[in-house]
Amino acid sequence: MNKHLHIHISDHKLSIDEAYASVLDESCGGNCLFIGTARNHNKGERVTHLDFETYESMAIKELEKIAQRCLEQFDIKKLRIDHRKGEVGLTDIAVIIAVSATHRKAAFEACEYAIDELKKSVPIWKKEYLESGAHWVSDRP
Amino acid sequence: MDVLCFGIARDLTGHRSVSIDSDDIHTVADLRKALDTSFPELGRLSVYMIAVNESYALDSDQVKEGDEIAIIPPVSGG
Repeated sequence: MNKHLHIHISDHKLSIDEAYASVLDESCGGNCLFIGTARNHNKGERVTHLDFETYESMAIKELEKIAQRCLEQFDIKKLRIDHRKGEVGLTDIAVIIAVSATHRKAAFEACEYAIDELKKSVPIWKKEYLESGAHWVSDRP
Repeated sequence: MDVLCFGIARDLTGHRSVSIDSDDIHTVADLRKALDTSFPELGRLSVYMIAVNESYALDSDQVKEGDEIAIIPPVSGG
């Protein structure tokens, strides 16, 4: 793994400061952070909390592939992806993408690409707990 | 062969890991057929992927006893 790429899956609260610190670089003037948090509603129903299940060993590999592609496709310096597993309360951080680049455009683009790809391919599943019960997101039978 | 079940696939099969008779299984397509026969409740998923040794596999890919195999229902991270 490239020393400019950092991937973490954790069952502890994610730290914006820690993610930001690990991408800061003297050569970079544009830093972009995407923070995904658990929200209190979905499709008109009230959400009480989330629970993330991961196939962790494969999820790490898929996140590494995404990070590597970001480094190849965009003019960025460092990238870090943090994802939570287990129970996540409202307003808690579920995911952080942190990117540093010489200029802002590449940082924005890489950040957006990384979160879009994460949502498509990384084996992590979100269970939503509603006042009316719980269900897995994206394929409710 | 053992097949790991995650997310809704775990709920549908009722197990974190299920065992499938590997005698006639050579490809991912064979494995899908066997899984759908043994666990018809998987049909409630519109689609699912199969991972072999922690990589997404195509239906034509080979699988063998000893591979780490997993059912990957539609993902929803982020």
